[in-house]
Amino acid sequence: MSAAPLRVTPLNSVHRALGAKMVDFGGWDMPVQYSGIIEEHLAVRNAVGLFDVSHMGEIEIHGPEAARLANFATTNDVARLKTGQAQYSGLLYEHGGFVDDILVHKVADDQFFLCVNAANQEKDFEHIASIGRFDARVEFASGRYAQIAIQGPKALAAARKLTSLDLAAMRYYWFADGLACGVPARIARTGYTGEDGFEIYVAPAEAGRVWAAAMSAGEEFGIKPCGLGARNTLRLEAAMALYGHEIDASISPLEAGLDWIVKFDKGDFVGRAALLKQKEAGVRRKLAGFEMRGRGIAREGCAVLVDGAAAGWVTSGSPAPALNKNIGLCYLPVEQARPGRAVQALIRGRSVDAEIVGTPFYKRAK
Amino acid sequence: MYPENFRYTKEHEWVLVEGDTGTIGITDHAQEELGDIVYVDLPKIGARIEQGGSLGSVESVKAVSDIYSPAGGEVTDVNQALADAPEKLNTDPHGDGWLVKIRLSAPEEIAELMTAADYRKYVEAEK
Repeated sequence: MSAAPLRVTPLNSVHRALGAKMVDFGGWDMPVQYSGIIEEHLAVRNAVGLFDVSHMGEIEIHGPEAARLANFATTNDVARLKTGQAQYSGLLYEHGGFVDDILVHKVADDQFFLCVNAANQEKDFEHIASIGRFDARVEFASGRYAQIAIQGPKALAAARKLTSLDLAAMRYYWFADGLACGVPARIARTGYTGEDGFEIYVAPAEAGRVWAAAMSAGEEFGIKPCGLGARNTLRLEAAMALYGHEIDASISPLEAGLDWIVKFDKGDFVGRAALLKQKEAGVRRKLAGFEMRGRGIAREGCAVLVDGAAAGWVTSGSPAPALNKNIGLCYLPVEQARPGRAVQALIRGRSVDAEIVGTPFYKRAK
Repeated sequence: MYPENFRYTKEHEWVLVEGDTGTIGITDHAQEELGDIVYVDLPKIGARIEQGGSLGSVESVKAVSDIYSPAGGEVTDVNQALADAPEKLNTDPHGDGWLVKIRLSAPEEIAELMTAADYRKYVEAEK
């Protein structure tokens, strides 16, 4: 039982009016579903869905050495970003475990905008601010932003009605500042669903207006409000990591299959030495995808057995609504984490057959 | 919403008694809380179950939940249709989504359960 009252987004009353089922998500009162996870999931895969992700945190880095600080604090190479471009990255501890996984947006040479996980935002801010060896200012900016994600093959058609920005010309993982529904907005072609789509950052006071306009704009395409339940099944089909599940302070990007966000050649960064050591020694465990072969769903925390002996654990597991399979992600010794490997998941005391498969489970048609 | 001729448990199961047979299911509130149901595990015909004992489980996209028997008895029928159509638990939890029928071994146990009016109040208080 938490004594602190739940935090709410500016759209809380909108969710309640829509009849959403609300849950305590890391201290936030958030919609887990409206019409149902499967229906919402399929809306995003087949048409378009709208998510309130205003609980996500924002951190800004300003100043002459903003780029140097951002590059030192994160694993990916900020120097490769052009103004208006975003990248997925990691914030690590010195020992190589994750503080968080984040998006870094280059707003200007001396200005970076980070989107971070809700439950980690204060920790992330402290972590970056405490680096303190560069001429840059770190600002905790979450209070200035609401975030609405519009995702799915019809997201572009719907979102372009909200803004004069040329969204069709915007490339994946790029962003622009402009007006949405007449109010200042930052619109990025990013998302956490495995589909095309946009994430729209606006002032909290304007969130209701943008949400309502997006619902209207998407009406002809069958837009559905989507909760965190569908957000989770969508990201899992796309095999995207979720902090607290696939990654946390005890897991390194090399183990999580996120080698591609670690740029050893860019110069020093927090966690580099530990990662280099791990790379040279070879990682022992690795994140792998699995599909259930037997009847059952292996949930987070289930043991994974190889030849009858416990070898790893499930980090996320769920039905995959767009694939009609039960899927999941798990950690296994590297030598076992290969597609085709027969394993078992221990589900409520029952050993159920599964098979290691390549990820992502779902990849959208380009 | 909650049929007057059913009795209800605190774990959100219902039982309809007809003669010495009890038909058992989960309540509308339970299916609402669970969300999209994808699996139902039920006991075999002939299994003997005590009041409060496990009747199997239902699994939604989000989570798995145990089902507890509102009364003791022997399982005389299970709803085979749920294997292929678990969504019936969402669409018609008090009808087509019934789970099992049991021959009641101690019909007096039914008196311990909540009436529809009690259950409505119970669900309201839980919210």
